[in-house]
Amino acid sequence: MPPAGPRSGDAIFASVERVNAELFTLTYGATVRQLLTDLEEVEEVNKQLDQMGYNIGIRLIDEFLAKSNVSRCVDFKETAEVIAKVGFKMFLGIAATVTNWDADGTCCSIILDDNPLVDFVELPDTCQGLYYCNILSGVIRGALEMCLGRDIAPYLKIVTDTQYLAFTKVSMKTEVTWLRDVLRGDDAYELQVKLLKQVPEEYPYKDDE
Amino acid sequence: MQFFGGSEISPSPPAPTVSGNNAHMVYVFNRNGVCLLYREWNRPLHTLNAQQDHKLIAERGNLGVPQLPGQGCSFHSFRTNTYKLSFMETPSGIKIILVTHPRTGDLRDSLKYIYNLYVDYVMKNPLYRPGSPIRSDLFITTLDQYVRSIA
Repeated sequence: MPPAGPRSGDAIFASVERVNAELFTLTYGATVRQLLTDLEEVEEVNKQLDQMGYNIGIRLIDEFLAKSNVSRCVDFKETAEVIAKVGFKMFLGIAATVTNWDADGTCCSIILDDNPLVDFVELPDTCQGLYYCNILSGVIRGALEMCLGRDIAPYLKIVTDTQYLAFTKVSMKTEVTWLRDVLRGDDAYELQVKLLKQVPEEYPYKDDE
Repeated sequence: MQFFGGSEISPSPPAPTVSGNNAHMVYVFNRNGVCLLYREWNRPLHTLNAQQDHKLIAERGNLGVPQLPGQGCSFHSFRTNTYKLSFMETPSGIKIILVTHPRTGDLRDSLKYIYNLYVDYVMKNPLYRPGSPIRSDLFITTLDQYVRSIA
């Protein structure tokens, strides 16, 4: 029997257990509030939110792969589409779109149509530099770093019979930043995902035993 | 009770044995080749020590790597006279290997289910450090029960 194909974000969202949206929003708000109290500097809070997101992302990727059945993406464009259509839908119920590809195909924007994290939130004047949803950028960064994508160029390297290079697997290092944020006065939530480099995976056992 | 579905779309159940226990061993490796879990239920021969054994099995996982760009990994199991080895690799580098009785059917769904168990009991545990060997009793118990049930 051939393995099941990838499932749509809606289907998975309907099948997983969900938590009350307000509880989620208020819990996240309390976390940010506490971070602001503890760290005081808005930049520090941004960094900490990103780090928290990163820690979530490196675990979330396995759940995402297990539930959604996606196979390895052929290129970064497909990766971004999968994140927007399946990932955001499945975990947050958000429908997101991918736009603004650059010429290389390494940088794009993901636009979120709504954002459950920011219900009831208004930023006061003292927090003007705060990226309230920075946890999301960390999540994407962490998830992609754990995810092995493909790189064709190393395939052309000569493979000796004593050394296996894991030559089609690369780890994707990305930089994810907020371009537009409604809490800061813009009209939409726009994340920019930029692929920095693809680090080939090292095969740990290099001897020829 | 085992049903042999002729026209059903389902993995064919393995041939039942007297003891009802088909699975011999399971290995779970992460992307760096670190063996996260090794469980053994029925291993008649011990010829390799643990280190060599893990290296050998991890290399089996890399058999699936040389392939044309653009295609998925096509290697998912092989069979010898004494055992069948089923393998699954996720895009995040987690490799799950199941060694069973040679007459076992297609275990890809079982491997997916084991991956789901891994996600639920191991990955969602905040006290688990990714990349370290799995010590979760819940995971091991559930895994044992599941593997016995597919036998």
